[in-house]
This record gives sequence, structure tokens and C-alpha cells, in this order.
Amino acid sequence: MSSYFAFFGDNAALLAELTLVHILLSVFALAVAVVLAIPLGAWIGHLHRFSFAVVSVGNVLRSLPTLAIIAIGLALYGFGIINITVALVILGFPLVLTNTFTAVEGVDPGTVEAARGMGMTGWQILTRVELPSAIPLISSGIRTSWVYIVATAYLATFAGQQGTLGDIISNIEGYGLSGVLAAATISILLAFAGDALLGLAERALTPTGLRLLAERTPAADAEPAPAAPAAA
Amino acid sequence: MTTAAGALDLPTQVIPIFEGPQCAPDQLFCWDWFTTNWPTILGPSLVQHVYITLIAVVIGLVISLAAALFAFSRSWFASGFLGFSTFLYTIPSLAFFLMFVPITGLSLTTIEIGLTSYTLLLLFRNSLTGLRTVPRSAVEAAEGMGLTPNQILFRIRLPLALPSIMAGIRVSVVTVISLATVAASVAPLGLGKPIFDAIHTVFSTELISAGVLTILVALVADVLVVGLQRLVTPWTRARRTS
Repeated sequence: MSSYFAFFGDNAALLAELTLVHILLSVFALAVAVVLAIPLGAWIGHLHRFSFAVVSVGNVLRSLPTLAIIAIGLALYGFGIINITVALVILGFPLVLTNTFTAVEGVDPGTVEAARGMGMTGWQILTRVELPSAIPLISSGIRTSWVYIVATAYLATFAGQQGTLGDIISNIEGYGLSGVLAAATISILLAFAGDALLGLAERALTPTGLRLLAERTPAADAEPAPAAPAAA
Repeated sequence: MTTAAGALDLPTQVIPIFEGPQCAPDQLFCWDWFTTNWPTILGPSLVQHVYITLIAVVIGLVISLAAALFAFSRSWFASGFLGFSTFLYTIPSLAFFLMFVPITGLSLTTIEIGLTSYTLLLLFRNSLTGLRTVPRSAVEAAEGMGLTPNQILFRIRLPLALPSIMAGIRVSVVTVISLATVAASVAPLGLGKPIFDAIHTVFSTELISAGVLTILVALVADVLVVGLQRLVTPWTRARRTS
């Protein structure tokens, strides 16, 4: 136990460096997943079509084992940042996609009708009505996605991308169990910290009306379909 | 991470034959290698992978159903268990497996402890949600018929919780299949073994073979669980179509 605490002090510089790269890689992968998933999910939810396709794509991607993607990637496009990014994006993408789609499609039809009656165009309905009301569910998708990506980013080592906390986690011979647990602890803290930050962002972005509604009817719609995990 | 490979004496895979007679060294995928090594490497590791997954999910299901029935009327237990479940998913899986190595060694037991823990938490959450969200009318009808609280729990709530439990099984099966590949770096079992071998040798045929087989296992398992789900919960479809 004492060697666990000592590891932080003895390897502070190394840990700081690896943590920074770990964060950068995870944020990058999450950003790519979000940029791909939100427009696609929102557009299809807005159209109220192809829902079977979205659910199927989400389920298939969700079941892909991350290490298998890395392995096939090594053969097809080699070691490095592209390999691990592809694997992490595939891990995070389906959560954000299905949540965005479910949220946008589930916006009260009466609200959408009212917006149309006010003369809004389809684009205006999507950006001013549907997306703002979908923020809580989209956000929960992004937060879960972040937790999985951060906890899985250590596989970068096996994808040939050095510099993440995976360098320590995958090298128990070199750093010992205390080192592995120290690096894992940082990874856990990153997961919680990111989740908390995204929670703050969600609060800031959620329209006031929606927030008041949520406060007035606690637990009524507070727990939407939970995003299914697929950690690796 | 080749430590585990030599230290274990388990009925496992033979060392792969790298260059079959018909294989060029720079070939992306060599079918000849695949067929040569299927009976000795790929086939056995696939079977092991299925076994590893089944053991974890079945043990996980038994424990979590018992825990959910226990937690049903004890909310302190439920919230504690759920809090721990959220925490578990933030742990890098390899570190989680390694934590048990000092106690159970580089063995199948170590892998199964880790994998079962992951299923346990998914299955517990879904079982408990299922038990709790049974329609009030069904419970009231049972009460009116004179069923005791225990009878209601086992004869009414448990069957009606099946859709939720099956959804939990579905997620935990694909999760375990994915995590079991990583577990191969702790104990050399399952399809993760050839994947790690190939990562160290950068042998593209083996990378693709093992990777694609793992994906196939996951996809087939997902389809099978969906089939099972439809089989044991026919009423959910009847309600939707009527």
C-alpha cells in the first residue's frame, strides 16, 4: 500500500506527462464521435424515418470488441494515433448517436406542430425546438461515452500509440502493481472529472424552461432509457 | 504482456505456424494460414472465448438475481450496489483484472472474477429496475387474489421483469466478449490470446483472423440473445402488434 502512494511522488513528472496525453487523446476521440453522431442522430430523429437502421447500427457498433478493432486496424492501417482513435470513436459513437436520435425523435409532437404553426422552417424547428429539448439526453450520452473512452484509452499502448497511461497499465513488469493501480486511479479520476465538467456544461446549455419543468416534476422524465454500456 | 503465456499450464492453443507454404511474408491476409491454424489455434481459442463468456454471464446472472431479490425491499443495499457499479465502469479493465492476480494468480479464476463483476453490476441494475417497474395493477390484482408479498415477488414481479433482465443479459454478453479479449493478457485464454500474439509480431493474417472472429462471436451472440429474449417474453411483442 505504501508503494502505491510512493509511486505518485516518485513518478510525478512521468504521470503528469502521460495524463496530459491521455486527456488529449480521449478528448479528441470524444470530439470526433460527437461531431459525427449528433448531426446524424438529430437529422434522422427530425425526419422520423430510418429509426430501425439507427437502432441496428447502434447495436452492431456497440457490440464490436475494442481490441478486435485495434487488431484489424493494425493489419489494415497500422500502428498509431489513427488506429486508437478509430477504436475509441467506434466505442463512443453509438451511445451519442442513439441518445441524440431518441431524444430528437421523442420531442413532443404538439410542440413541433406549434413551432410549425408559428411559421418555422424545418431547420429552425430542429435547431430552436428539437435540439434544445434534447440536450439532457444527448448530454447523458456524451457523458457515458466519455467515461468509456477514458477508461479504454489505455489500449492505445496495444495500438502502438505510446504516451498514455496505458504505458504504465500495460507494463506491470516495469512498474509493478502499485504503478498500474496508480495509473488506473488517475484514469478513474479523469472519468469522474470529465463527467462533472460535462454536467456543468449541460446545466449551462439546458434552456431555462426545460430546467424549471424538470424541477417541478422530479423523477417523472428524469430517467430516460439508460444508455447501454460497452466498456472494454 | 507475454508474462502469462509461459507461466500457465492450461489446455490451450499451440504456438502458431507463421508461414504456411503458400504464404508470402508481406501478404495482408493468407487464407492458407487460416485453414492451417484453425484446428490448433483459432478454433480452440474461439471455443474458450465462448466458455469464458458463458461462465461469467451465468454466474453473474445467478448472483445478481439473488442480489436483486434481496435488494428489492432494502433500498440501502440497492443504492450501495448501484453506486459501486458506476465506479466499476471508470476503472481501466486491465487494471481491474490485474488487481486479483496477487490473490488468484494468472488463472482462469482471475479472469472470471473480473468478468463476472462487470456482468453482475449490469444485470443487478436491470433486474432490480425490472422488479420495481411492474405495473401496479398486476400487483394489486395479485394482492386481491390473496397472494403473500413473497408470492407476488416470485410469481408476479420476477416473470414480468424478464424483458428488463434480458436487456441486461444482452448488454453484458457483448461487454464480456469485448473485455475477455483484454483479459487474455492476464491469462492466455480465448481469442485475445492470438490477438496479443499477433500484436507483438505484427502478423496481419493472425490480426485479421482473430479480430474478425471476435467480432463474429459478438455479433452472433447478440443475435442469439435477441432470439432468446423474444422466446421468453412473447407478450412484449403481442402488446406492440395489437
